[in-house]
Amino acid sequence: MQLVTGNRLWDGVVIYFTASGTWSPAIDDALLVEDDAADALLAKAQQGPSPLPVIGAALVEAEREEERVYPVTLRERIRAVGPTTGPMTGRRATELVKRS
Amino acid sequence: MYRYDDFDQRFVDERVAQYRDQVRRRLAGQLSEDEFRPLRLMNGLYLQLHAYMLRIAIPYGMLSSAKLRKLAQIARRYDRGYGHFTTRQNLQLHWIKLEDTPDILAELAGVEMHAIQTSGNSFRNTTTDPFAGAAAEEIEDPRPYAELIRQWSTLHPEFSFLPRKFKIAISASAEDRAAVKMHDLGLYLRRNDKGEIGFEVLVGGGLGRTPLLAQTIKPFLPRRDLFAYLEAVLRVYNRYGRRDNLYKSRIKILVQSLGAAKFAEEVEAEWRASAQEAPSLPDNYVDEIATAFAVPAHDQSPVDEAAIQRAIARDPAFARWMKHNIAPHKIPAYSIVTISLKAVGGTPGDCSADQMELVASLADELSFGEIRVTYEQNLVLAHVRRDRLYALWQRLDQAGLGASNIGLASDIICCPGMDYCGLATARSIPIAQRLAQHLAAREDEIGRFDIKISGCINACGHHHLGHIGILGVDKNGEEVYQITLGGDAGEKASIGAIIGPAVKNAEVTEAVDRLVVVYLEQRQDGERFPDTYRRIGAAPFKAALYAPR
Repeated sequence: MQLVTGNRLWDGVVIYFTASGTWSPAIDDALLVEDDAADALLAKAQQGPSPLPVIGAALVEAEREEERVYPVTLRERIRAVGPTTGPMTGRRATELVKRS
Repeated sequence: MYRYDDFDQRFVDERVAQYRDQVRRRLAGQLSEDEFRPLRLMNGLYLQLHAYMLRIAIPYGMLSSAKLRKLAQIARRYDRGYGHFTTRQNLQLHWIKLEDTPDILAELAGVEMHAIQTSGNSFRNTTTDPFAGAAAEEIEDPRPYAELIRQWSTLHPEFSFLPRKFKIAISASAEDRAAVKMHDLGLYLRRNDKGEIGFEVLVGGGLGRTPLLAQTIKPFLPRRDLFAYLEAVLRVYNRYGRRDNLYKSRIKILVQSLGAAKFAEEVEAEWRASAQEAPSLPDNYVDEIATAFAVPAHDQSPVDEAAIQRAIARDPAFARWMKHNIAPHKIPAYSIVTISLKAVGGTPGDCSADQMELVASLADELSFGEIRVTYEQNLVLAHVRRDRLYALWQRLDQAGLGASNIGLASDIICCPGMDYCGLATARSIPIAQRLAQHLAAREDEIGRFDIKISGCINACGHHHLGHIGILGVDKNGEEVYQITLGGDAGEKASIGAIIGPAVKNAEVTEAVDRLVVVYLEQRQDGERFPDTYRRIGAAPFKAALYAPR
């Protein structure tokens, strides 16, 4: 399975393309599609008036377990939740918990 | 410290105005990302894993207290309350919003700072000795030359499209504290038989994918010819440097392929051919710049050394700090203090806004209001009266800045790695933290010991120059770490050699521990790790590292 992710234009925050055609900073909101539909999803995510809300949109591999989405690679897992060490450890995970 | 003149200030103010309009057009959709990306990079703004990252230039690592306070304010107001000092003596802020960047650059311009040429195929920050102007054995203060190089190289029209980035370092002491030989171009101040000041010129150093040490192409260049000769070097590089292959585009590859002697011939020919129109460096201009780096008269009244000794006897933690973090000053009543940004368990090079403000205040009180950033990711107060050292240490220690480990095993150079960097292939900070925690208890016994860690082949953590170097790479989705031995950064610079197969993330600490054990068993009097390594070779280390667990 794959999803589309990038960084939000105005502040650089990591965001994910959702089933409703919008972008969310919560990876669990991401739309996952089978590999053979991934290119079409990326194309759809890159459509819209300028400026797009995202920069560097790209496909990454991920898996959904119940309601949670887990990227396959460590790099994408770090992008999803924040640094694994230092003052901002798990920053995004913490912020997303606060939002919910 | 050098102060902007009207030209400098107008230049950075105009650049801020240009950039503000570029950001406005980008956010309005009038510029695409492809169009905007080179513009933001020219102003030091990268996009990394979690957000934009702003790399702020700190020319030759020199900060006034006002500048450091401004960095603290920016870190607190626009970022997450901390910054990361880099191996190029700059500061990176890792949580920046694009829409804030014009205001940040305007605030920087207000204290004579910017982020220009911290990216791209341009001259990067010229680095120098953090003890400049205070070291006892210095030939002459190298900072005026670093400032002149900054002025000459900033937006130099002929060299604004180099084959690749270009880094210069300059040192004026017998001990090389600027890692000169790992630079595209290195300068050692020298004095000839007539007592005249000049430069030994080295070219072709660099780390990354192809680590090479710079080689001398001019043993003594008269001072007046500095910029004529630098222009000749850059012209040869500009003419022959590889623009067709990113991995072969640095000057080190050109020097390697031509050979240093042939490269030197090309430079000499260019230098002679352009002698008529080449810029000369008049003595009075150097003298004028040098006055900007003068500090008020030092208080040379005697210091009560007995009181210092009593404090050392009374307080073992202070004694340890005095042993490791203090260096001799050219004036006996003063010391050079290195403030460690390597608290055991912390992130190497990170500094909170509160800590920056404290250091700025301490600089005002104790060191003529100036601070230096080292390429080893620490800070320096270069002019501290010795009778103020105990009070200084107490205040640093209360703020988490009292680590007594300069040059020891926990004073690790480390890039941000995959916790922050978009280029990284593995994490580096957690490796550094675990190693520091593991080795700290024994680091006095180990002595001088340089561990350097990079999270990718670009080698921002200088792993090639570590006594033990660690390079994180991705192997089929798993972080593994290549270990190199025998690197050295100073005047005895050498490139470390890979010892064998990479080890897994969880195995790095034990691997380094085994190497340390061999060193402690095998070293002879006064030997540093690379000395022992050169004497006994790799075999004993390899046997220990790969012995069954």
